[in-house]
Amino acid sequence: MPHDHLDTSPSPGDRVETTTCYMCACRCGIKVWLRDGRLRYIQGNPDHPVNRGVLCAKGSAGIMQHYSPARLSKPLLRVGERGSGEFREIEWDEALALATKWLGDVRERDPNELAFFTGRDQSQALTGWWAQQFGTVNYAAHGGFCSVNMAAGGLYTLGGSFWEFGEPDWDHSRYLVLWGVAEDHDSNPIKLGLGKLKGRGAKVVAINPVRSGYGAIADEWIGIRPGSDGLLAFALIHELLHADRIDLDYLVRFTNAHWLVLRNPGGADDGLFARDEQGRALCWDRERATALPAEGTGLSPTVVGEVTLPDGRRAVPAFQLVAERYLDPRYSPDAVAKRCGVDADTIRRLAREIAAAAFDSDLRLPIAWTDAHGQRHEEMIGRPVSFHAMRGISAHSNGFHTCRALHLLQLLLGAVDAPGSFRFQPPFPRPVPPANRPGRTRREDGTLDAAPLGFVHGPEDLLVDADGQPQRIDHAYSWAYPLAAHGMMHTLIRNAWAGDPYKIDTVLMFMANMSWNSAMNTRQTMQWLTDRDEAGEYRIPHIIYSDAYASEMVAYADLVLPDTTYLERHDCISLLDRPISDADGAADGIRHPVLDTRADDPERDVRPFQSVLIELGARLGLPGLVNADGSPRYADFADYIQRHERAPRRRPAGRLARQRQRTRQGRAQPGAAGALHRQRQFLAPGGPGGRALFQDGQPQLPGLVGRHGLHRQGRTDRAAALFGDLAEVPAGRTGAWRAPAPRRAPRARGHLLRSAADLVRTLRGRAIGRQRRQPSVPAVGGHPAADVHVPLLGLAERLAAADRHEEHAVRAPRHRCAVRRGRWRHGRHPQPPGHDDGAGEDQRQRAPGHGVDLERDRQASRRVAARPRRPRGSRGLPAQPPDLRRDAGWPLRQRRPRDRAGGVVRPAHRAVAGHPRCRTLSDVCPAAGGPDRRPVGQRPDRRPMTSARTHWTPPDGL
Amino acid sequence: MTDLPATTRRKLGLVIDLDTCVGCHACAVSCKEWNDGGFAGPLVDEDVHGVEPLGVWLNRVHSYEVSPAPGDSPTPLTLHFPRSCLHCDNAACVTVCPTGASYKRAEDGIVLVDADKCIGCQLCSWACPYGAREYSTVDGVMKKCTLCVDRIYNEQLEEVDRQPACVQACPTRARHFGDLGDPDSAVSQLVARRGGQALMPELGYAPVNRYLPPRPRRGGGASGGAAQPEREASLDAGQLPPVLRWLDRVLSR
Amino acid sequence: MKPALSILFFTTLSGSGLGLLAWLGFVLAFIDTAPGAAVLLPAFATGLVLTAAGLLCSLGHLGQPQRAWRALSQWRSSWLSREGVLALLLFPVALLAAWLVWRDAGVWVSVLGVVLIVLAVATLFATAMIYASLRTIPAWANPLVPAAFMAFALLGGWLWLWGVLVAGGVPMGSGALAPLLLAAVALGVVKLAYWRRIAAMPLPGSATSAVGLQGQVPADARVTGLEAPHSEANYITREMVFVFARKHAGVMRLAALVLGVALPAGGFALAWALPGLAFPALALAVLCFQGGALLERWLFFAEARHVVSRYYPTAG
Ligand SMILES: Nc1nc2c(c(=O)[nH]1)N[C@H]1C(S)=C(S)[C@@H](COP(=O)(O)OP(=O)(O)OC[C@H]3O[C@@H](n4cnc5c(=O)[nH]c(N)nc54)[C@H](O)[C@@H]3O)O[C@H]1N2
Ligand SMILES: Nc1nc2c(c(=O)[nH]1)N[C@H]1C(S)=C(S)[C@@H](COP(=O)(O)OP(=O)(O)OC[C@H]3O[C@@H](n4cnc5c(=O)[nH]c(N)nc54)[C@H](O)[C@@H]3O)O[C@H]1N2
Ligand code: SF4
Ligand code: SF4
Ligand code: SF4
Ligand code: SF4
Ligand code: SF4
Ligand SMILES: [Mo]
Repeated sequence: MPHDHLDTSPSPGDRVETTTCYMCACRCGIKVWLRDGRLRYIQGNPDHPVNRGVLCAKGSAGIMQHYSPARLSKPLLRVGERGSGEFREIEWDEALALATKWLGDVRERDPNELAFFTGRDQSQALTGWWAQQFGTVNYAAHGGFCSVNMAAGGLYTLGGSFWEFGEPDWDHSRYLVLWGVAEDHDSNPIKLGLGKLKGRGAKVVAINPVRSGYGAIADEWIGIRPGSDGLLAFALIHELLHADRIDLDYLVRFTNAHWLVLRNPGGADDGLFARDEQGRALCWDRERATALPAEGTGLSPTVVGEVTLPDGRRAVPAFQLVAERYLDPRYSPDAVAKRCGVDADTIRRLAREIAAAAFDSDLRLPIAWTDAHGQRHEEMIGRPVSFHAMRGISAHSNGFHTCRALHLLQLLLGAVDAPGSFRFQPPFPRPVPPANRPGRTRREDGTLDAAPLGFVHGPEDLLVDADGQPQRIDHAYSWAYPLAAHGMMHTLIRNAWAGDPYKIDTVLMFMANMSWNSAMNTRQTMQWLTDRDEAGEYRIPHIIYSDAYASEMVAYADLVLPDTTYLERHDCISLLDRPISDADGAADGIRHPVLDTRADDPERDVRPFQSVLIELGARLGLPGLVNADGSPRYADFADYIQRHERAPRRRPAGRLARQRQRTRQGRAQPGAAGALHRQRQFLAPGGPGGRALFQDGQPQLPGLVGRHGLHRQGRTDRAAALFGDLAEVPAGRTGAWRAPAPRRAPRARGHLLRSAADLVRTLRGRAIGRQRRQPSVPAVGGHPAADVHVPLLGLAERLAAADRHEEHAVRAPRHRCAVRRGRWRHGRHPQPPGHDDGAGEDQRQRAPGHGVDLERDRQASRRVAARPRRPRGSRGLPAQPPDLRRDAGWPLRQRRPRDRAGGVVRPAHRAVAGHPRCRTLSDVCPAAGGPDRRPVGQRPDRRPMTSARTHWTPPDGL
Repeated sequence: MTDLPATTRRKLGLVIDLDTCVGCHACAVSCKEWNDGGFAGPLVDEDVHGVEPLGVWLNRVHSYEVSPAPGDSPTPLTLHFPRSCLHCDNAACVTVCPTGASYKRAEDGIVLVDADKCIGCQLCSWACPYGAREYSTVDGVMKKCTLCVDRIYNEQLEEVDRQPACVQACPTRARHFGDLGDPDSAVSQLVARRGGQALMPELGYAPVNRYLPPRPRRGGGASGGAAQPEREASLDAGQLPPVLRWLDRVLSR
Repeated sequence: MKPALSILFFTTLSGSGLGLLAWLGFVLAFIDTAPGAAVLLPAFATGLVLTAAGLLCSLGHLGQPQRAWRALSQWRSSWLSREGVLALLLFPVALLAAWLVWRDAGVWVSVLGVVLIVLAVATLFATAMIYASLRTIPAWANPLVPAAFMAFALLGGWLWLWGVLVAGGVPMGSGALAPLLLAAVALGVVKLAYWRRIAAMPLPGSATSAVGLQGQVPADARVTGLEAPHSEANYITREMVFVFARKHAGVMRLAALVLGVALPAGGFALAWALPGLAFPALALAVLCFQGGALLERWLFFAEARHVVSRYYPTAG
């Protein structure tokens, strides 16, 4: 044979390393093949619980990312104008000294003058803690534009949400509804799961204006009108209530459906839970015909019917409020069909199919378990209907509400954490709301009393000053955005520029391409970044940025700290914030360096940002980062993830203490973290750790693991205790408006509506207080929750109501005035529309160019409306800052051949006028070349976001 | 010789499930990355950062719209369709090759190009109806899917990894690899069960790879099948507040 | 199919060369009053140079021309290989024939003339079969393709031959006209038939069977492209999904026939009628012919649709 020389066993490389992918937040396990110190191939790790060997396109293209010509190679100090991309390469010592100087000055003056914002950062446990040590409240991560409104909606409802908090029960589900999912963080697990579902013959329904890849393989694709998913969910709820296809047993067992809500129209207590003297919520027991504490057992609670309490007050169970509201004809399929663009028959059929899948499947697993109330059940009753939702709902301004609507629907079906339904992943569900509140006061040593991001439980947790004005630069946790669980990335640059509410000296950013994609408004963001004040100084004096590549943001930074790629550093996202667990076990995503930073370029001098941050902290002498003698506490990030203790161990009392001692899992412990760190051993095939970190046989977390796949109902109590405690509960809060965070292990999901109720109460309390003491609190008067006639579920309803601002995204942009008028009509703003005169930019610059701009515009003008005395911007701004993508000769100095010049992914891709593939900004956005003053109908057609075949109908009433 | 073997001992090939393929391109990218350094490689790209980059891919994923869709879906079918060499039994790409660089292995039926012999005449790519062969102007030779011949027998890889890169990567597990000549193999059974199809069989190339057709969609029909969910007749919403139907419900906790 | 210049020159130049050699063989074998070596040897040289130039051009199409010798190995299955082998056989045979002509070796010249005809025609046929054997391109997999290649070669060869003969001072007899008319008419008829035929020729396979949906959806289901695999073009789309503006086809076909058939035939007739202008007229005829041949060959590629364009429905 002539082809005998074919070698079928060539060496794929001389070394293979197991680590974790960082091309997105899904955190799949990868095996990296190296040959002669270079990447040869990246494959999925078959032993990894997340991806089980499969790998998405980005995952294997990590090679391209690693060897990208845009990689940075040296710290850079800006020498030219901001945005021009002219830098001088400097040594790390100089860079760190400069950063230390800027940050040190800030910390001396006022730590809040540092805004530390990170993007797709997977080490938020470190960055948030660092910000706390620094003492600034101005820290946010991966917020705003991603799916955090949905996360907040879920965390305030169920103690977790879709996204990274839970997953459909791929093995038992018979009906899956995907709400606005295209790719998702759970990318590979979803795809693996879809394969399973299709193989089993389960029905998959995709609700999405666009038919994405998942929609393509779904049995049914429902091309909903963008932003109207909440309404559709309500119509489904309406149908289910009408047909009595709901799981009342589940509701009384696991939610507060039976809790009594006071009815006292006009009274201060209307809509609050009826409580006894000890503050325990009450329910009505039909056997004993009396009110009893609702969280007890052995009850036979009613879920409808008005009762009179011993003290004479009238109350109804919370469920009745839900039922009354959603049985209302305005939520009927016929009423919403037009607004959703889904015909009523389809909605009815969906409801019928969902109910049939949930209740007629008779899925029961013979697994005995004990619930959170200590009651033992001999089997698990399945509700094989699962939902998954993502940015399709959360990328709308009503995402928080829509998310709550979906969760309500799931609860009515009993389809949360039941076999076949949506299942939480450890450490979720967390207490509702999660126990950690945002840090707001500084301790003696200058550190914040808690990490800057947290969950607001009541007005006392808000970061507002005596006038009710925001205290954070992004206005998170203010009256305008009280539940901004992750901070508000997209408001940072504008507010820092405007000095609203105060001047920021240094913006420190990490892995956040803010000039480009987290600002909702790139053009103006670039102007804000380059704007100067009257004295000729940049309005945002210092910008420090860490990126691994010369992204758009780099050109706008003063000091650039080049990061390594994800294959060259340690990383650990940790159970403290966004673990990669799956429903069957806790897991964590750790990376270790598999490549040397100088391997393919001896001159490349980059450092992992986390280690740089730790070093900066030590240079600044931040309390947690130095020893008593002032020496650095941690050598680097690897050292930190092994030795760091989040808080000194408290001695817990009683049962929990014994349990803790057994599990040794109260806090991140050095031993455990050290073990976590050595992922190589955990993941390496046949390594000593085996798959210890994952799935079965997890020795560190015995409470979490059952023999079978469905242990979770049995362990919620303990797990919630475990993880509830892991999250910090700040001690010694003053002026608490109600009892501090519960000391008891909070129950998961026992609080479907409590958060809403509490919120109503807190806000109302605030509003009432305001009438007495603080007449100046501006936003409260207009805040829906402060409306005294809002019944308990009013808020829930509002949360879930379809966007009150009509969604404009699929329309040609309209002139801002029109938008403003529309908004004014909705009565959302205390100021008359004429008040909103922009920030001094001329109309040309302010004209919304596209849907995203419009969204920004809406938000920005809302902020403006609240604060009429915004400083004016200078008029001499460049209309269009240099577009790096088009500029081949971008002068960022790098010792590289031309086509490797940093950052320009396609340097030759110049805008050649007339070239069919070249679209200039004004092609895309006429507003860039001046306001498009033609009437809407006469403007050139924009490419519609939706396929022509969707059921989309134009928004009515506009 | 470029004569085709009369029969091959095995017929290794891919089975691609069009029912679950979401068109994610994971297979295409992993194929490219593996083969860039493997037997078929390098798969050099030209003008990578330029206006019109050009590169060799051994596997490309198309997206089509098919109307009407199979089943009762009122909307057309979106079909994602990965396309790579089908390792045809009657492969004209082999017989037209003037140099013998193209050949079909008698032992497993894999069709390969010997890069050391190929003169880059491109005739084989013209002879392939499926667009499976791509010529590299940089290397001056023809490239094609190797069925990962340098993985599937590779003793330096762990057992689980001895499968084509695209099959291993596919996140929906829509790709299967095996011996389609053996009626008892898992892939043959799958093909039999799901009615796997050859592409353009009328051309007579006798492709080995099979595509599993999309399952009929259960959309509920164009009319929406508008049957009402059953309501409780005794409780007329007009008369009583309908919530009172739950008044008599005995619940316990 | 995208027309590649190297292949256009290859097939047209070597086509004329082989035609010339075939006619030379004919002259040697069957014409008793053949002109002497002084005229025939330049004709041999012209034929060989044309053929060799064509073959050299074809090397330009190869990615690895230095390995071209390997292309001789697969004559058992590959028409390209056969073409190469036959072309290479032709050279020694033609040289031998030339030598015999020079030595005036009598009957051996006739014998070699026959061998030369057979080889030249076989080579031409093999060249045509490279294309005609491709089932993937219905416009090529077609008996009219070898016929057209042949007719072109014979017409071109005859023009070239007379060009050389006239340059050598041989007067054009009336016998020169018949083969010319025969070849010209044959070429015209074959090309017209070919164009008629390909107009009605569907791509093989079907839109649904291309994606394996035969039997799953109605046979007339529409398969439209939603997205191409990559945003940029690729080898397949550039090479095989070449889009040719059909509205130009009529004009170009006419131009090809006028340039490749009518004008050369006219020039030839003119040369015959006006012996004084014979050489310039013939030279012009030959030039027109080569131009027309290039145009015809360009159309031959540009008009041919490859079945793979089924996978690029929007592009194709
Ligand atoms: N129009 C529009 N805008 C959007 C979205 C959308 O759908 N549409 N999506 C939104 C969503 S969901 C999100 S999460 C945000 C994300 O927005 P960002 O958080 O800004 O995320 P990216 O742009 O992916 O990456 C940010 C930067 O990280 C850099 N980077 C990559 N790897 C590394 C590394 O290892 N180290 C360091 N230091 N830097 C690295 C990249 O070069 C890039 O400049 O965008 C939002 N913006
Ligand atoms: N390839 C790739 N993968 C990624 C990322 C990436 O940048 N690239 N980023 C990662 C990150 S940070 C995130 S947050 C996730 C995001 O992953 P996804 O949540 O999947 O986000 P998108 O891709 O923005 O897709 C949202 C989908 O919602 C649809 N949609 C839009 N409006 C509506 C609506 O009103 N209703 C409904 N029902 N649907 C709607 C859109 O058509 C789109 O298909 O992806 C992660 N994975
Ligand atoms: S889904 Fe997994 S493999 Fe793909 S980019 Fe995300 S982490 Fe990497
Ligand atoms: S698919 Fe094409 S390249 Fe592959 S064997 Fe068949 S004809 Fe040859
Ligand atoms: S390009 Fe190479 S493999 Fe293809 S026919 Fe020519 S020599 Fe053979
Ligand atoms: S079998 Fe290998 S070479 Fe062929 S398409 Fe799959 S990954 Fe590519
Ligand atoms: S990897 Fe699988 S799902 Fe993705 S395009 Fe390829 S075959 Fe389809
Ligand atoms: Mo995101």
